[in-house]
Amino acid sequence: MTQLRLTVNGAERESEAWPGESLLYFLRERLGLFGSKNACEQGECGSCSVFLDGELVCSCLVLAAAAEGAEIVTVEGLEDDPVAAAVREAMVAAGGVQCGFCTPGFVVAMTGLLRSNRHPSDLETREALSGNLCRCTGYVRIFEAVRQAGEALG
Amino acid sequence: MRTRGGVGESIPRPDGPDKVSGRFSFGSDLTAPGMLFGKTLRSPHAHALIRSIDVEKAAGMPGVKAVLTAADLPGERLYSLHQPPDQPVLAASGEEVRYAGEPVAIVAAEHPEQARAAVQAIAVDYEVLEPLLDPVEAIRRGSVLRELTIRSGEPDTPADVVVDGYYEVGQQDQAPLGPEAGLAIPTPHGGIDLWVATQALHVDLEQVEACLGMRAGAVRLHLGGVGGAFGAREDLSIQVHACLLALRTGRPVKMWYGREESFTGHVHRHPAWMWYSTGAGRDGRLVFVKATILLDGGAYASSSGAVVANAACFGAGPYRVPNALVWSGAARTNTVPNGAMRGFGAVQSCFAYEGQMDLLAARLGLDPIEIRLKNAIRPGDRLITGQAVTGAAPMAKLIDLCRELPEPPTPAHPLALPGGAGNVASAAEVVRGTGFAVGFKNIAYSEGSDDYATARVRLQRGADGEAFAQVKTAAAEVGQGLVTVCLQVARTELGVEAVEIERADTTVGNAGSSSASRQTWMTGGAVREAARLVAAEVLKRAGPPAQALAAGHVLDEEGAPLAPIALFLDEPIEREFEHHHRPTSGLDPAGQGDAHVSFMFVAHRATVDVDPEAGLARVAQVATAQDVGRAINPLQVHGQIEGGIAQGVGLATMEEIKLKDGLIRNASFTDYIIPTSLDMPEVAAVLVEEPEPDAPYGAKGVGEPPLISSPAAIAAALRAATGRRLNRVPVSPDELAGLTECRPGWLVRPGRSPAEAVQPAPQG
Repeated sequence: MTQLRLTVNGAERESEAWPGESLLYFLRERLGLFGSKNACEQGECGSCSVFLDGELVCSCLVLAAAAEGAEIVTVEGLEDDPVAAAVREAMVAAGGVQCGFCTPGFVVAMTGLLRSNRHPSDLETREALSGNLCRCTGYVRIFEAVRQAGEALG
Repeated sequence: MRTRGGVGESIPRPDGPDKVSGRFSFGSDLTAPGMLFGKTLRSPHAHALIRSIDVEKAAGMPGVKAVLTAADLPGERLYSLHQPPDQPVLAASGEEVRYAGEPVAIVAAEHPEQARAAVQAIAVDYEVLEPLLDPVEAIRRGSVLRELTIRSGEPDTPADVVVDGYYEVGQQDQAPLGPEAGLAIPTPHGGIDLWVATQALHVDLEQVEACLGMRAGAVRLHLGGVGGAFGAREDLSIQVHACLLALRTGRPVKMWYGREESFTGHVHRHPAWMWYSTGAGRDGRLVFVKATILLDGGAYASSSGAVVANAACFGAGPYRVPNALVWSGAARTNTVPNGAMRGFGAVQSCFAYEGQMDLLAARLGLDPIEIRLKNAIRPGDRLITGQAVTGAAPMAKLIDLCRELPEPPTPAHPLALPGGAGNVASAAEVVRGTGFAVGFKNIAYSEGSDDYATARVRLQRGADGEAFAQVKTAAAEVGQGLVTVCLQVARTELGVEAVEIERADTTVGNAGSSSASRQTWMTGGAVREAARLVAAEVLKRAGPPAQALAAGHVLDEEGAPLAPIALFLDEPIEREFEHHHRPTSGLDPAGQGDAHVSFMFVAHRATVDVDPEAGLARVAQVATAQDVGRAINPLQVHGQIEGGIAQGVGLATMEEIKLKDGLIRNASFTDYIIPTSLDMPEVAAVLVEEPEPDAPYGAKGVGEPPLISSPAAIAAALRAATGRRLNRVPVSPDELAGLTECRPGWLVRPGRSPAEAVQPAPQG
């Protein structure tokens, strides 16, 4: 066991950890931040998406120990983010949520997309979200949510 | 006055805000003080005898609190969804393991890595045995889970034209994103509470009680948040194991499967091998269908019996077929068990009978859509099981509406070409193809099952003085939107907008499983009836002239408000209702009987773009018309349609579990590919609302039809684009490019058992 100190959602968080723990495991089981999900734990599904120094990453592929010193923002840390708020509202209204397991990862990825591009084309949206798997919705209403959120943000 | 958010409105999901914020708790998000982590040791062999199991080293490892084997089981050693139980909770020393992935031992430790290390330290001495992997060979040897024959009319009636075809459907994984997961917590009185991501709390409960050897009431199940299901959660996974570890250690135990383990930790869609012969008159009217539908059931029964029946009952398609001979069966082999997946047998046979319809059309020089219209089933017609279709059956209308939907533009951007981002297709080489397919399936449990669901509805005055309702059921919200349906039903019946859908557990009666597209009908119906009993009590308390409830008020017969509902709630009103659908019967030895309560019909048209040289394809659009009876929530219905079509695209073009020597070779999302946002076609959907007479609000189920005939339509479109036979899904790039072709490994006379199969002459 080792002691790790990470900056998560603007706060210093400290916990003991197994040296091989992923950032995803640390966020979930050590810090109780269960919003980042564990659908594949191999970097294929995007359900564990977080921002690491502003970059969208799969937290399952980052060692917790390697994230020391970085600014980590999880879905929980986007509560007051205006872009994420628009995304959340649009996802519910457009029907982009079914089981919801992929949803927090999508909210993070969609926030990342809309931060850089308020009005992505259909293909840009598809490309930007292609690292996030959804098994319920067929993505159609998630694309619509991107459009609605972009419109709401002006 | 009108109650807002009732039946028929596209209201948003009540659990949506929690899900988008990350607050919603799924089975794998559960946590409890002092919690341990459980892991499973699984057989690496498809078939072996366990000579011995040595857990001594594992038990002494750091952090390890319990290592359990079959020797520690306190109750029934076998479980199953159906009687008799045949699947070991843990394979025992001195007995056989029958598939690669069968659980042998379980461990609880302070950290999941400690549990994993301990699992690896358990020494199992296996005597490896020859696995039985070929389902035809299994049937020939009598290793059969279920077989049945449907015979109607005179199957040997001569026909002007006869087409023969052989078809295969690969093994599809449900791939719900939420892993199998749960948390078991011992109670102070020797009982256990289990939070679990499941499709059916009471079905699990019955099996868990038996395997723990506990009396009724000692085990309580609670629905952990469910991250999708699609059939993968009908059978037990972590349920008994987590409880055993928690009871042994006296501490909470959480278990979840990683993605690789999930592939062996749940059943899959049965792969199918199908031999068909279809006869028609020169006018295109069907004369007979003869079919052999062989499914690999894997090592244990699971739901194979019901899947076999479905594949057979719907095996001639939603057509008027005067003469039929259908053999359907599941072999018991040494592969990972197969069971429920969305579409449940109807998907496999649809791929074959629709392939046959296209062959017939081509032979007769008829348009594929015209031949379907000519034979489309109508209300009152009889299925090959002799059952008359008594409810809505708008098959011809669905075909007409689907064919009229606008077709997609040709791709303008290179990213939209086959191959997408890694594109190597050349726009000049890309060929467009269109295919059409129709399908149908039963709703709810069949073959004489007493199918029912229970709901409890409570109406009371809240702290704010307003009426509010609570709805309690044990029905599993798995993502499909049942909580929204229950909310809308309660609002409609009670005239109260403040409705809380409580989290499901086993403190209320059985609701059956969230499967077979049944919960809107069954649990929706139970909520409706319980709410109607509550509403009747309100009206009784209000006395004449009270006639109805809406928008929080008691109304007179003109619809004018008399008083707030809350005025009559000095005492809360609570009613419970158990809703049964009308009885069905079993199938007789000729496969005849009124085995199903109702049917859903669907039509799909697929448009694909193919680069035949590169073997690359992209599904540009799937158009569909679906018979829904009545859309309780049109937004959610469209969501079900789009999601089901995505899984159909997967089955048609990319998704298949690959087995080698009985071992899964691609147990990951790296190697088992499901459609991404770049693969998803445009969906054009139209709903046909012809209310079903027996169903609450006339609503049929909607979950499965999108996946029944979409793979068949996509395959037909790929055939149209390439001119190749493509008699197997998923269609591989090599098949698209004409480098390989799927040929039968065995010759079987359609309609006869594969027990009579012979091997084809070697290709010269």
